[in-house]
Amino acid sequence: MTTRRPVNWTSAKIPQGQVYVLPERCKGCRFCIEFCPKKVLAESGSINAKGYHYPVVAPGKEADCVHCRFCDLVCPEFAIFTEERK
Amino acid sequence: MSVEGAKIVPSHHLDSLFRADRLPHILCPGCGIGPAMHCFAQAMLDSGIPLERHVCVSGIGCTGRVAGYVNVDSYHTTHGRAIPFALGISVVRPDLKVTVFSGDGDLISIGGNHFIHAARRNINLNVICVNNFNYGMTGGQAGPTTPLGAKAATAPYGNAERPFSLPYLAAAVGATFVARWTALHVRQLKEAMVRAMKKKGFTFIEVLAPCPTGFGRPNNIGDGLEEMERYRSRCVVNHRAALHELDLDLRRIDQPFILGNFVDIDRPHFRPPVIEQGPAAEFGRDDRSADGGGAAMEGAP
Repeated sequence: MTTRRPVNWTSAKIPQGQVYVLPERCKGCRFCIEFCPKKVLAESGSINAKGYHYPVVAPGKEADCVHCRFCDLVCPEFAIFTEERK
Repeated sequence: MSVEGAKIVPSHHLDSLFRADRLPHILCPGCGIGPAMHCFAQAMLDSGIPLERHVCVSGIGCTGRVAGYVNVDSYHTTHGRAIPFALGISVVRPDLKVTVFSGDGDLISIGGNHFIHAARRNINLNVICVNNFNYGMTGGQAGPTTPLGAKAATAPYGNAERPFSLPYLAAAVGATFVARWTALHVRQLKEAMVRAMKKKGFTFIEVLAPCPTGFGRPNNIGDGLEEMERYRSRCVVNHRAALHELDLDLRRIDQPFILGNFVDIDRPHFRPPVIEQGPAAEFGRDDRSADGGGAAMEGAP
């Protein structure tokens, strides 16, 4: 069992993530857009070869991704992932 | 630091775990098998067991396609017979980590007898059952997990049969680890898969997954996103829930869906003497199947 410990605010740092997208794999299920805890993603204006609107970073949210990797894990198509910005 | 939006890249960081030339897969938009497969791939990495020692066995159905997509030794078997094939692998090569990844129609309906007897013998096997409440690939027919009253292609006036509660069934027939998560609870699902991989004996994980085409459409669940939203708003995690109270019906709004790691016990697993002493004995030693932090698995869920 893991024990929860309070976060030390002086040393804790919120990571910043970079979103990577593979537009041609997306089938437009919107899981990543709806379940992003920071609401970073939005539907693209353009479509991919199969006619689906793939996710893009919403305007003004470029610095909001915290690299929680939820979009990565919940994407059924392996079409999106994040990496931590150094 | 320069800040920019989404970068477009040609490959995914987990592509080495999948046969990426076959992607995108055949599953419908909004299907829950994709997240389950993703969790399985991540769990294989996190388990610490080398990928060469992982085996994935699938039966027939939408979920049965998974064996064709994961880039480990895999077996796409006949309908309902995933567990007997996996039993053979597991008994002859105890050093391998065998996972059966299949659907409810394959494992519980057609392969129901194999399932209960594999659990009774406590074969060293992980079973991941993606439950979408119908036979999806063949066109949304009612199956043994379709809720009472739900509409299906073969039940246009509502299903008249009481469904299985899969964790209750698995616990009753002797599984040593029983969990239920959904395609939305990806982190908990991945952790449960890692725990199951590190455990000896028969483990069972039920993954509730949206099937917008087969189950959602006749039952007024618009798309995969709406079903995921129901999981988000109505799931309750209770590891100590009474197993006989785990019935669920996605269409009812008055009762929660109970999730959790319900059972985690230790029982001697199946090791037939003929294998222990026979020609395959060089594979039979348990010390070869070193399972990383297996000793860390004790304790309550």
